Amino acid sequence: MNRRSLARALPVTPALVLLLLFLAGPIAYCAWIAFTDLQLTGQAESSFVGFENFRTAFQDEEFLNAVWLTLVFTVVSSLIGQNTLGLALAALMRRASKPVRTLTGGIVITAWVLPEVVAGFLLYAFFRKEGTLNALLDLLHLPSQNWLFTLPILAVSFANVWRGTAFSMLVYTAALGEIPKEITEAAEVDGAGGWRRMWHITLPMIRRSIGTNLMLNTLQTLSVFGLIWVMTRGGPGDRSQTLPLFMYEQAFQNSMIGYGTAVALLLLLVGSVFSVVYMRLLRTEV
Amino acid sequence: MPVRPTAVLPSLLATALAASALTACGGSGSDPDTVKVSFKQSTDNSIHVMDDYLADIKKQFEKANPGKKVELVPIKAPDSEYYTKLQQMLRSAKTAPDLVYEDTFLINSDITSGYLKPLDAYLAKWPDWNRFIDTAKAAAKAADGKTYGVPDGTDTRGLWYDKGIFAKAGLPADWQPKTWDEVLDAARTIKRRVPDVTPLNVYTGKPAGEAATMQGFEMLLYGTEDRLYDDAAKKWIAGSQGFEDALSFVETVYREKLGPDVSTALDPNIQTIVRGDLLPKGKLGINLDGSWLPQDWLPGSGHEWPEWSRKLGLAYMPTQHGQAPGKVSMSGGWTWAVPAKAANPDLAFDFIRAMQTKANAQKWYVANSGISVREDVAADPAYAKAQPGIKFFTDLVASTHYRPAYPAYPKVSTAIQEAMEGVTTGDTSVEEAARNYDDSLKEATDNQVIEK
Repeated sequence: MNRRSLARALPVTPALVLLLLFLAGPIAYCAWIAFTDLQLTGQAESSFVGFENFRTAFQDEEFLNAVWLTLVFTVVSSLIGQNTLGLALAALMRRASKPVRTLTGGIVITAWVLPEVVAGFLLYAFFRKEGTLNALLDLLHLPSQNWLFTLPILAVSFANVWRGTAFSMLVYTAALGEIPKEITEAAEVDGAGGWRRMWHITLPMIRRSIGTNLMLNTLQTLSVFGLIWVMTRGGPGDRSQTLPLFMYEQAFQNSMIGYGTAVALLLLLVGSVFSVVYMRLLRTEV
Repeated sequence: MPVRPTAVLPSLLATALAASALTACGGSGSDPDTVKVSFKQSTDNSIHVMDDYLADIKKQFEKANPGKKVELVPIKAPDSEYYTKLQQMLRSAKTAPDLVYEDTFLINSDITSGYLKPLDAYLAKWPDWNRFIDTAKAAAKAADGKTYGVPDGTDTRGLWYDKGIFAKAGLPADWQPKTWDEVLDAARTIKRRVPDVTPLNVYTGKPAGEAATMQGFEMLLYGTEDRLYDDAAKKWIAGSQGFEDALSFVETVYREKLGPDVSTALDPNIQTIVRGDLLPKGKLGINLDGSWLPQDWLPGSGHEWPEWSRKLGLAYMPTQHGQAPGKVSMSGGWTWAVPAKAANPDLAFDFIRAMQTKANAQKWYVANSGISVREDVAADPAYAKAQPGIKFFTDLVASTHYRPAYPAYPKVSTAIQEAMEGVTTGDTSVEEAARNYDDSLKEATDNQVIEK
């Protein structure tokens, strides 16, 4: 081993060691637990069970229901909601006057900065039967209902949009700011209207930002727990029980740590599928 | 690309560091003169009933045992997370305290895990143990016949009713139904004559959690001829008539709109809504609930309602057709237990004895709105007069039932909540919900089931 490369490696070793110890270690341990029948309580010894937990999961209607709801939640709140709304806000704010821009930005970012649990309580208060939304509907003489009961997955999706849009908005504000003025101006001179400029110039130019944003949003949305827990606890029934809530129920309420961890690994898998799709999107050139 | 020799270095270092870090955790050693006591601290900062009580016992104990020290190790968490944290501590000798506060709900499960130590040898030499009533002694008894915990009180359940609403509905002020039908009839009368209130609350469904199972379902089931668990056969009971009858009761309440609006009944905060809003504001006729409700209405609790004892009446929950013994109650409660990996078990038991002198036990029941499981305290007039309702709920101890708190119980409880929720929303019929329960039961208990 030569002295110089040894000296060069030294500064990065602490970081590497920490990574291995605190990141790779627990992940490897989790992966191992997923193949055992470990319980938090009620069991003298745990044993290796192979793929049993995964087999159980795919035969478990509640698990399949949770996968479906997770997909709905992610597509509605992240792909469609946060992403589109964030882009729209960023585009509109470029044209708005400064006070409007500051005010809108301030409100959106406040929603983002609030702790998840606080945001959950606020939106619970907004959607519940005696909540703000129904009070507004009453005022307009429209029929009110308990949104958390009738449309739970949409209510929590909306909550996630409300909370997470700021992130997309910031990403897109930065991306739009990067587009050289001359290009947009040239297109304008050529007679391209707003929509055409958006479709043919702006979107292709910020394609990479869209990809990155989608990926980060999706991963974040897949793991949302506190928001849904506070608003509905996954209910009524299992109608808003996404994978993280299902995992919590299995691991900590039913004490089945092994099974819960297996579900966590499957969630990781869903996340990586989404990531791979976005990476591919990023790679292709127009 | 060839691998550079330095690539090996980080992994070597990591191993070395990991090894040293792991060994560094050990060797902390336990002081043989200190007893570590873990307990559940309220998540509400304004409530320190338990903290104050334990601080007092600590002082007494240290005075009576010179040279010995008590270290209080509070765990601040809501119920469900408290269990999880405690179970993690109990797994290792390094983190296991000497004395822990265990819910009877999970004690058998922790016994099966080998987390706790049998106390029979200590109990045999402790005269006060004979003061405990038999049902309470059984609460922490495991399938192996050994006892693993000393209960520090219990709770019971019954019907709370609003005297104002009853007067408007023309129902008697000293109401005592004899059968389920009489409960339902009273609710129907309220619905007809006092239309703007909720006639009857029965907790239901997964959002209410264990409250649905215990305050709701089991209060009904144990008033039939059937139970959840067959002690003789050591198996869970499937397909019983009582199970279907109890579900039918729940279905009737929600189908006839005698209960809260279904969306409110399935709100995760239903207990807070009932205790903080519906009852104090006179908007609920009858509530099937636990003995601890007045805790929330005491001065300084944030929802003061001292008039409750004049406005609310208490009736015991009748059995289905009024069959003997006529009334039903379910009980839970907490026990003090010694971890299997405790460093100072003897000292820990001494601390239990200090907490359970008659005077200290009585102090605790009163502070905690608890119900006595000791006959000497229960017979003391000072205890009975300490709070309205305490005598009513203490008398129920004689006809109370404890849950079959075996390791599968939490899963069984979830299955019950699912069955209840199905009939509450009307998504499933009673027969269907009962069949689904039987399937879940077989799965949850590894088929340790007998068919009735």
